[in-house]
Amino acid sequence: MKCQKCNKAATFHITELTGSTPQEYHLCEDHARQYLTASSQEAGTIGGLAALAQQIAVGQTAEELARLDQQACPVCGITFHEFRSQGRLGCPHDYVCFQPQLEPLIANVHGETKHVGKLPKHSALKSEKRTRLIRLRREMKEAIEEERYERASQLRDEIQRIEQEES
Amino acid sequence: MRLDDLVQSNGEWLRGVGPEADVVISSRVRLARNLADFPFISRTTPQDRAQIEKMLRERIIDIGGEKELLYLDLSQLEKIDRQFLVERHLISREHAESQGARSVAIDGEERFSLMINEEDHLRIQVMHSGLNLQAAWEQINALDDAIEEKVTYAYHERWGYLTACPTNVGTGMRVSVMLHLPALVITRQIEKVFRSLQKINLAVRGLYGEGSQAMGDFYQISNQVTLGRTEEEIVRQVSDIVPVIVDYERQAREFLVKESHQSLHDRVSRAFGILRTAQTISSEETMHLLSSVRMGVNLGLIRDLSISAVNDLFIRTQPAHLQKLAGSELDTTERDIERARYIRRYLNKEDERGDQAGHN
Repeated sequence: MKCQKCNKAATFHITELTGSTPQEYHLCEDHARQYLTASSQEAGTIGGLAALAQQIAVGQTAEELARLDQQACPVCGITFHEFRSQGRLGCPHDYVCFQPQLEPLIANVHGETKHVGKLPKHSALKSEKRTRLIRLRREMKEAIEEERYERASQLRDEIQRIEQEES
Repeated sequence: MRLDDLVQSNGEWLRGVGPEADVVISSRVRLARNLADFPFISRTTPQDRAQIEKMLRERIIDIGGEKELLYLDLSQLEKIDRQFLVERHLISREHAESQGARSVAIDGEERFSLMINEEDHLRIQVMHSGLNLQAAWEQINALDDAIEEKVTYAYHERWGYLTACPTNVGTGMRVSVMLHLPALVITRQIEKVFRSLQKINLAVRGLYGEGSQAMGDFYQISNQVTLGRTEEEIVRQVSDIVPVIVDYERQAREFLVKESHQSLHDRVSRAFGILRTAQTISSEETMHLLSSVRMGVNLGLIRDLSISAVNDLFIRTQPAHLQKLAGSELDTTERDIERARYIRRYLNKEDERGDQAGHN
């Protein structure tokens, strides 16, 4: 694994607990010393993954970056910017729709980009149907919030129909 | 089974048995899993969470079978009880402190726990005492299969098991081994060990996981990489490196025995003396002294005290344990007094037992 701030190997792995969520930093010896001696106020302002994502963004133009940042997942609605600031994805479909942005990040963390371990016993072939369920539930929630109850009940029926097909 | 039953019992991982138990406290494996048809936790509605909780609860109670599981709704639990579960390593700090529908299922021997609606929908963990990752992996693999029979996990052909944080994607597996390394700390070699571990992508953390300090000279070593390796490879990598560290620790202990026997014996005896007589003692000091005592027992400098008794004290002197045992809420000052009292009583009882055994 490379240092988040330069190209040397990361030999220090620091978990910062001062923010609202724990943040991990992977740094070389020099940058780790710098980090640890820096004022504690500075710590926690940029998250580990966010920092990684920012580092990866180097080399892209500002417009490109802004465009990628605003891209939202059609299923759960999270933007890549929101992921970058929280360090947590919104739904399984994010791995598909943010693939170009996530790929370098995952390669940086794991050194690999392909799963070779265990597979679920029964196949997840119906994944399209599943992402559809997530989207429909979100739409239903929005419909209720906007008091479009007719639409909400249509959506509820559709959700139930899909769920019943399953079982 | 109720939560309060746990107060009087001891987790399997604290038994102080198993391979390399003088240095290796426990072996733990955890898997992160998510249901395919719900968003990850950060994007769930309260209804989603309630539904996830219900689906997984039904499935989990099912696999419990004959064995009785302790199923706890964390949103209904008092703060002190949640803290108690954290001290026991049955839930994470994050799980204890978050909001909304979330729960944990624990088996009677505390060999496994299933956290629902933690950072991921489901986190399965298995803990064994001593160095025994292979057995822990086999058990967790079977549990995972049993749960998966009825629910569909979020899985992607290329990325593997999908997790809320990309640092867990792939196998979703974290294996960690808890080590007691007092001699490496005393001989100031611990930093060197860490640096070499970090070079091979293994993380080092304190007693209570991420961000916690290395209290009582306890360290957890775990894999960082979860993608691009099989579960067996990950288990093997950690299983192969731990004996090397165990060996370093034993060499450091031998060195101390040989080169500074007197000062080592003095250190251990003083620690034991303070613990047996103190009238008020902080959690930090307790951990520090118990660490010396534990090493003293391992080196034969203290007799009539078992490793499992020392392990026991490490856990029972933690704030929530202490208050559960005392049966009342205590502030810091009261806790320090109660802690000292509890340790005195515990060690003097152990002493009597030892004496009786000696005379009979």
